[in-house]
Amino acid sequence: MKELGPDFYNITDLLTEEELLIQQTAHDFVQTEFMPLINQHYENATFPMDLVPKLGELGFMGSALPEESGGAGVSNVAYGLILHELERGDSGLRSFASVQGALVMYPIHTYGSDEQKTKWLPELGAGTKIGCFGLTEPNFGSNPGGMVTRCKRDGDDWILNGNKMWITNGSVADVSVVWTRDEDGIVRGFLLEKGMEGFTSSDIHGKLSLRASVTSELSMANVRVPDSARLPNVEGLKGPLSCLTQARFGIAWGMVGAAVDCYNTAVDYSKERKQFSKPIAGFQLTQAKLAEMVTCLTEAQLLVYRLGRLKDEGKMTFQQVSMAKRNNCAMARDIARTSREILGANGITEDYSPLRHMANIESVYTYEGTHEMHSLILGQEVTGMAAYDT
Amino acid sequence: MKIAVLIKQVPGSESPLPLNSTQTWVDEPQVTYTMNPPDNYALEEALLIKENVGDGEVVAVSLGPERVKKVIREGLAKGADRGIYLEENSQIETDPLSIARSFASVLQDENFDLILTGLQSDDAGMGQTGVLIGELLGLSTATLAVQTNIQDEQIRVKRELESGWFQWVKLPLPASISIQSGLNTPRYPSLKGIMGAKKKEIRVIPASEHQTAEKTQTIKKVFVPQTTKKTEVIEGNADTAAARILEILKSDVKVL
Repeated sequence: MKELGPDFYNITDLLTEEELLIQQTAHDFVQTEFMPLINQHYENATFPMDLVPKLGELGFMGSALPEESGGAGVSNVAYGLILHELERGDSGLRSFASVQGALVMYPIHTYGSDEQKTKWLPELGAGTKIGCFGLTEPNFGSNPGGMVTRCKRDGDDWILNGNKMWITNGSVADVSVVWTRDEDGIVRGFLLEKGMEGFTSSDIHGKLSLRASVTSELSMANVRVPDSARLPNVEGLKGPLSCLTQARFGIAWGMVGAAVDCYNTAVDYSKERKQFSKPIAGFQLTQAKLAEMVTCLTEAQLLVYRLGRLKDEGKMTFQQVSMAKRNNCAMARDIARTSREILGANGITEDYSPLRHMANIESVYTYEGTHEMHSLILGQEVTGMAAYDT
Repeated sequence: MKIAVLIKQVPGSESPLPLNSTQTWVDEPQVTYTMNPPDNYALEEALLIKENVGDGEVVAVSLGPERVKKVIREGLAKGADRGIYLEENSQIETDPLSIARSFASVLQDENFDLILTGLQSDDAGMGQTGVLIGELLGLSTATLAVQTNIQDEQIRVKRELESGWFQWVKLPLPASISIQSGLNTPRYPSLKGIMGAKKKEIRVIPASEHQTAEKTQTIKKVFVPQTTKKTEVIEGNADTAAARILEILKSDVKVL
């Protein structure tokens, strides 16, 4: 971190040599292979699919999972540092890795049958197959328990009907983890394959955020699958919610990466941009902004560092993840906007990253549990009272 | 094919470079270090040669204080098979000959077919270590390689000369070759490689076992070039002024 961004509290000293090398590798990869492409993809609203096998080859997909599950067995802090570097590039890149690792590989690894693991995990880890995760529906976002997608038993098979909305990688996924309710109201997960009869997708266009990321709607019209397509080892909402905890962990790290990129850009710019008699970094108004930014960034770094070590020790709670996700999205959102302010008019062009990050963060602030829902989770934790319908 | 790659750890290109209090080198605690970029190309070339030949061993070798083990481990993460660390706590940027003697004293027992180095280090930039080791060990030696081909017991090396010229030379093995930057695309260490590196051996050679020579060269002073601005107002009539301008153009600016 020391050479890669502000490290005001010497967090680098708490990282292992392996973790630092992993972060450096992810940093070098993103800066060399991804940054030259991002503006074009952002403008065209496309994702650089050619990079996916390279990400897999390096081990960036589900990297904290064990090797036999397609991961690399690295620490959760190392996993977080990878996502930090991916999101320093663009939230679209980090979102891709989050979905593949936390929302597809994780549930197959945790809840899948041996057959499902063998079939999907090696290729998902290698980046030669792509996955997506279908939980949110057009009318059920913060309230996934209300889902109307249904699975119905029919002999040895299941019949699935419903729609899933805001699905990252939906139309490019070879395998979709889709959550449904059965006739008894039990939430069940299925692995649907691209091209199954009745299973279609369409991309959502006109996004002004996360443009370098594929976002789709999934439709299931009497999709017939064998029972072997069902995730056998989980029932109930805890299935999808446990996946979200994994993904939110990565988001909390990623947001620090996006904020660091904005902050570094603003600091460098303020030292070079002269107005009146001196660089704008020499004026108190700019310094007040930078002081606030570096303080918030340091807080966010400490949150995710401690969260990562708790996860490594098996002690992390989902409420702790909510705190980090909630805080770090808000932190990054503020830092992106303040960085743009420091950049003045130049800040509205694609020559500088803060405005692109700012637009992206609007999605990240809202997806994987909105800022408001995480407030309610924390509120419930500290009061013992749920402020939403349970 | 047994290949040694000499890897130096140098200040990173984005590191702050404050001078130490005696003005003899940078103030190390404030510096962030990285693998010398030219050595990264040498490492990649060694890995490619091993992969092409189909068997063999790549050994990452570095000399310096404890911190330089980091670049050895980075080499192991990228695919080197083992490491050799020569402990040396005094200044390592000063004297290529004594450093080459230290390396040679350790490397000679290993009987490497090939010793590869980057063309120079990004800090001191002396560019001599590989050549000196070749001489000390009686190896054939070439510099500035932009292409290598192993053929039986020989290596063909394409060297970059001045003014866009190249030269092919054929050397018998064993050989010490310095590698020009840019001849390949260094790989990233994969996470699997990084995780596997800790299981690979790094042989530690204590300072007392490799220092065979007194340093013959030391750095007296390191300084940042001072930029100065001097304005001369030329007085006198036109002839005097013209004569003075002519003199300046000849002796100071040296354009005439």
